[in-house]
Amino acid sequence: MTQFVEWDALANILVFGILVGAGLPTLFAVGVRLLAGHGAADAEGHVSRPRLVGAYVCFGLVVLAILGAVAYIAAGGH
Amino acid sequence: MGVTEPLLLAVVVATALAFDFTNGFHDTGNAMATSIATRALKPKAAVILSASLNMAGAFLSLTVAATIATGIVDSGVVTLAVVLAGLAGGIVWNLITWLFGLPSSSSHALIGGVVGAVLAAAGTEGVLWSGLTSKVLIPALVAPVVAILVGTIATWLVARITRDVPQDTNDKAFRWGQIGSASLVSLAHGTNDAQKSMGIILLALIAGGAVPADSGVPFWVIVSCALAMALGTYMGGWRVIRTLGKGLVELESRQGMAAETSSAAVILLSSHFGYSLSTTHVATGSILGSGVGMKGASVRWSVAGRMFAAWLITVPSAAIVGAVFYWIDTVIGGVAGSYTVFGLLIVIAFLIYLWSRRKPINSKNVNDNLGPRTGLRGVHRRVRLRAPSRGDEGQAQAPEKGAEAPPPPAAGGGGPDRERGSRGGGPRTGDYS
Repeated sequence: MTQFVEWDALANILVFGILVGAGLPTLFAVGVRLLAGHGAADAEGHVSRPRLVGAYVCFGLVVLAILGAVAYIAAGGH
Repeated sequence: MGVTEPLLLAVVVATALAFDFTNGFHDTGNAMATSIATRALKPKAAVILSASLNMAGAFLSLTVAATIATGIVDSGVVTLAVVLAGLAGGIVWNLITWLFGLPSSSSHALIGGVVGAVLAAAGTEGVLWSGLTSKVLIPALVAPVVAILVGTIATWLVARITRDVPQDTNDKAFRWGQIGSASLVSLAHGTNDAQKSMGIILLALIAGGAVPADSGVPFWVIVSCALAMALGTYMGGWRVIRTLGKGLVELESRQGMAAETSSAAVILLSSHFGYSLSTTHVATGSILGSGVGMKGASVRWSVAGRMFAAWLITVPSAAIVGAVFYWIDTVIGGVAGSYTVFGLLIVIAFLIYLWSRRKPINSKNVNDNLGPRTGLRGVHRRVRLRAPSRGDEGQAQAPEKGAEAPPPPAAGGGGPDRERGSRGGGPRTGDYS
């Protein structure tokens, strides 16, 4: 069986797949929650500065990851 | 270096472009089905975006190798006739699975076709069976498992984190994430799959003596492959999109975003680690995972089971078609044989197209609930019958159950719209796939 399955590659795909494939949506979700979650806005509908900064850091990282992936595709990395 | 059999070469190149085209429309759903199902994008906008990105992806590719099924068949027995029969087998299997709305891997269809042609040409010794097992058959089983896991974890985390965010805010925000991640899948697809067709055409050109053996890809090959795939993507394999977007899981934006990001990550990582997994298998697995990870969402495992079955028979089925085409080619012999194969391919494609017209699925009805009036024959109807009272969908469709027996659309709510969608207006070719 071992000669038919590349276990190392498979384990790498699974580990990094979970890190990236689940990590990025999680970051995005944290950003959304910071902006619009329960208690995000005060009575006047303003979102506090730390929450805003945190949210945009999250979204920024996601955008960076997408740009990185595009660069990776363009570089013929696969 | 003169070109031997220029017309035969033209036939092979045309068939390779035709395969590229079916590859495009068969795989649109991998990237765009979730965005269409959650209405993050209008159906037409989604296929236009996907087509553009597929085209861009095709031009991004820098390294094209003149190979076909490397490590799976003995490259010494791959002749023009084998390539032609293999491509024909791949195209026919792509069209049949499209007709039934089953997402199935285009690369596996092509490999299957080539394996069949090689079997017919050189017998069992021409096929490297361990390569076939380790590079094609086992990854087909592994890919959905990996993708289901990643998609489940992603969806579970996202749903948990955003559970006290108002639903409409979630929908709005995650639509953007969805469009971004779906775009990435399209781009990767364009790079990967257009490259394969370019490699096949390059191989044919070298074999036919049109270019020297160490030649790079001529520019016209890059352009025509990019165009064929983009055109195919634009036609939108609506039947497959429908199955992926509506058939497996009732999707909302958060699930769609989690699923597409998982797909993009697993696809890119798998090529990075040199263990290529099929885009189709990964995308389907991620969508299933987004149903498993979402509280309250149900997954139609019966539909998924039929898909897995289709994946397992993809290689043998395409192989049978490829072998038959090769056999026809050699029995008739020479250039006439290849023309016959090409002619037969056109006839079969046309017949399948006519068959599909009996129940067209297009950008207008792609999002309709899977009901008897518009449902795909067999596959979905049985699912509907087995689970007739599934939450909102069951309620919405309950009154229509009576219309199940007569296949033509009865006068119902969505009737007139669908009529307009399928008989008039718009460029016809763009609406049917």
